[in-house]
Parts: sequence; C-alpha cells; structure tokens
Amino acid sequence: MKIDSLRHALVLGAFCLGFGVVMAVTKNLASDDIDARALEDRLNSLGQVLPADHYDNNPLADPLVLEDGEGHALTIYRARKEGKVTGVAWEIRGSGYAGEMKLMMGIDAEGRLLGVRVLAHKETPGLGDKIEVKKGDWILRFTGLSLGDPPAERWKVKKDGGDFDQFAGATITPRGVVKAIRGGLDFFDANKTRLLEAN
Amino acid sequence: MATDYRRIVRDGMWDSNGVLAMLLGMCPAMAMTTSATNGLGMGLATAVVMAASSFLVALFRKHITQEVRIPVYILIVAAMVTLVDLAMNAWLHELYKVLGLFIPLIVSNCLPLARLEAFAAKEPVLPSLVDGMFMGLGFTVSLTMIGAVREITGAGTLFADASLLLGPAFHFLETRVLPADTGMLVMILPPGGFLVTGLLIVVKRMLDVRAGKGIQMAGAHSV
Repeated sequence: MKIDSLRHALVLGAFCLGFGVVMAVTKNLASDDIDARALEDRLNSLGQVLPADHYDNNPLADPLVLEDGEGHALTIYRARKEGKVTGVAWEIRGSGYAGEMKLMMGIDAEGRLLGVRVLAHKETPGLGDKIEVKKGDWILRFTGLSLGDPPAERWKVKKDGGDFDQFAGATITPRGVVKAIRGGLDFFDANKTRLLEAN
Repeated sequence: MATDYRRIVRDGMWDSNGVLAMLLGMCPAMAMTTSATNGLGMGLATAVVMAASSFLVALFRKHITQEVRIPVYILIVAAMVTLVDLAMNAWLHELYKVLGLFIPLIVSNCLPLARLEAFAAKEPVLPSLVDGMFMGLGFTVSLTMIGAVREITGAGTLFADASLLLGPAFHFLETRVLPADTGMLVMILPPGGFLVTGLLIVVKRMLDVRAGKGIQMAGAHSV
C-alpha cells in the first residue's frame, strides 16, 4: 500500500519535472521573440496616432507617468523633434455597449488630434464595431479636431445635440468613444505644461 | 490484430466526430466560430495539441499508473497548450493576435482528455497519434463548417482574413457572398452558434439514417 502511493507520487512528480523543464526551455527560447513582437505591436498602434514626420525619437523609450482625474496612472508617450515635444499619445478608456473600450489617441503640441484608434473593444459585430478603422472611416473623422473645434458643448453624438454621427442601430458605442476622446482632450488641456515641458 | 487505421480516420472525421457526434468541445465550437477562418485556426491549434498529447500518453502509457492518470493527462494537455501558446506568440504572431485569447481554452476542452482516456491510454503509439490527429482534424472540419455557415449568413463573407491565418498566398479564399450589411446579425452572435451547430448535427444524422446506419450512440466506437 505504502509502496504503491510512493510509486504514484514518483510517477506524477517525474512528469511534472519533465514537462516543467521542457516548458522552461521553450519559454527561454521564445521570450526574446515574444518581447520583440509586443514592442512591435505597441509601436504599430503608436505609429497610427503619431505621424512619423512628427518625431525623430523613440516615443516608447520616452514615457511619462501622470495621474488622471480619478487617480489612475497614465503612461504618456512623447514624440520629440530635436528635443522639443511635438506630440503626445496615450491610452484612453471609454465605456461602450458591452464593456470597456480601449483606444489610443495622439495630440500635437497645439492640442489638435493627430489621430485616434481603437485597440480593443467588445462591441456588437456589424453594429458597434464600425469604430474600428478596418471596418469604417468613422474614427478618422476626429483627426485635426481640438477642444475648441467643434466647441466643447458640441463634443457629442448628433442624437445628443452634438456634431458626431452615431451609427444606425448603435448609439451607445459612438457616444462612449466621443466621451472618451473629449475626456482625453480635457486631460491634455489640464496638464498641458507638464506634458509639453522638455523633460 | 492489425490496427484498422481506416476505422480510426472514419471515427475521427465522421462516425465519432468530436463536435457533431460526441458533442464534446462545445465551448470553442460556439465561441470561436464567428467566421470560417477563426474556426479553422482554432481547430488546427486543437489538432496539434491533440496529436502531440495522444502521442505522448501512448508513449508513456505503461508508466502512467491508473491512480494518477487523470492528473498526468491534464498535465500533458496543459503543457502542450502552453508550448503552442508560446510558440505562436513568438513565431506566428499575426495568428496569435486573432486566436491568442482562445488557445488557453484548449486545456478545458474535454475532447483531448476524452481521447487520451478512451484511446491513447490503451493503444500503441502510432494508432494513438493517428487518432489524435484525425479527431483533431474532424474537430477542425466541424468548426470550419460551423464558422462558414455563420459567416455567410451573418456577415456575407467567406474566409475573410484567411490570409492573416494562412499567409498571403491564400488571399484568393477571401470571398464576399452577400452584399455588405445584408447579413443576419444573430448568426454571428452566440445564439447563431447554437442554431448552426444544432442544424449541422441534424444534417449529419439525416445522412447517417439515409445511409442505413441508424442513429448511433455518441462515441460508441471509442469505448
């Protein structure tokens, strides 16, 4: 009886050890490539909201951590040309129809939007997902706008008396996106000096 | 007795098909089949894990004692899934961005575990490898079919983004069947998964009845 349990324990232990080693080795082999891919992904999403001619540095290597109004830490990536900050980009969050939406926005030094892209969302396919640049050009509408253009009170979807189109069958998703962008612009406005100072 | 490989292949692809006959692995069969491409990708990843774990269990079957076999099977499946996950993340990153979220779900898919217990634990290495492979391929075909029906009826496309999964050479697969915005949204949403899976099971059973087989109990051949 006792010998038997010992044998079971040894068998299970041997398998755990064996596969543990195999996984550790694979992880070691793959980790450099995995890190490189993650970096590429972030550079990609940054590249879409910070036009390449705006900077000569690596924004990923130049992060600034600030607290937003609710005390969450925001990592802000700065685009610089000859040392001067020409644009900033960071992740914003909006609440959509089916949970949180993650977006990346880029703003130039004058407070104009360089671009907004949706990174992740759970909105209804075919209705709310037109916020993705792959599925429609709605999100491109924001490029070049700022807090004064359109005026602050028109930063809403048309249904709420604002300037931005909602989609047929989906109002909550665009409303959430507009609100998130508006929030990002407000944040920029409130933290302008801190965001644009040289270091 | 010589191993009947044709029997094993038939079981995996049709008679004891994981989804359409045994009704195993329903979670990925519903969650991942919003398009034919997604179904294909999820199916192939599962097939790799199944073939590898069936092979390993058959290889070690004389050393795995009865009392600890279930934890060992789970360990092997989980290890294979982890390896596939790491490898895809590093070397098939575009595909990983599409499927990555669902790869860990293979661990909780009961189809691999069922084949280990019912087949690989008793049979030699080669038949087990073939069984794992064809059970996985049968699963792949079912998922691709469910995905194709849902995608055509729901989004009006077939194999959209297939080039992301299979490489640029497969761009020709991407077809638009219906004009844009004419699909029935419900087919892409979760209810569509149940409807289409149910309908495909009906079709399979009708074909079986017509072929004079009668309706077999799920997995009758495997036990």
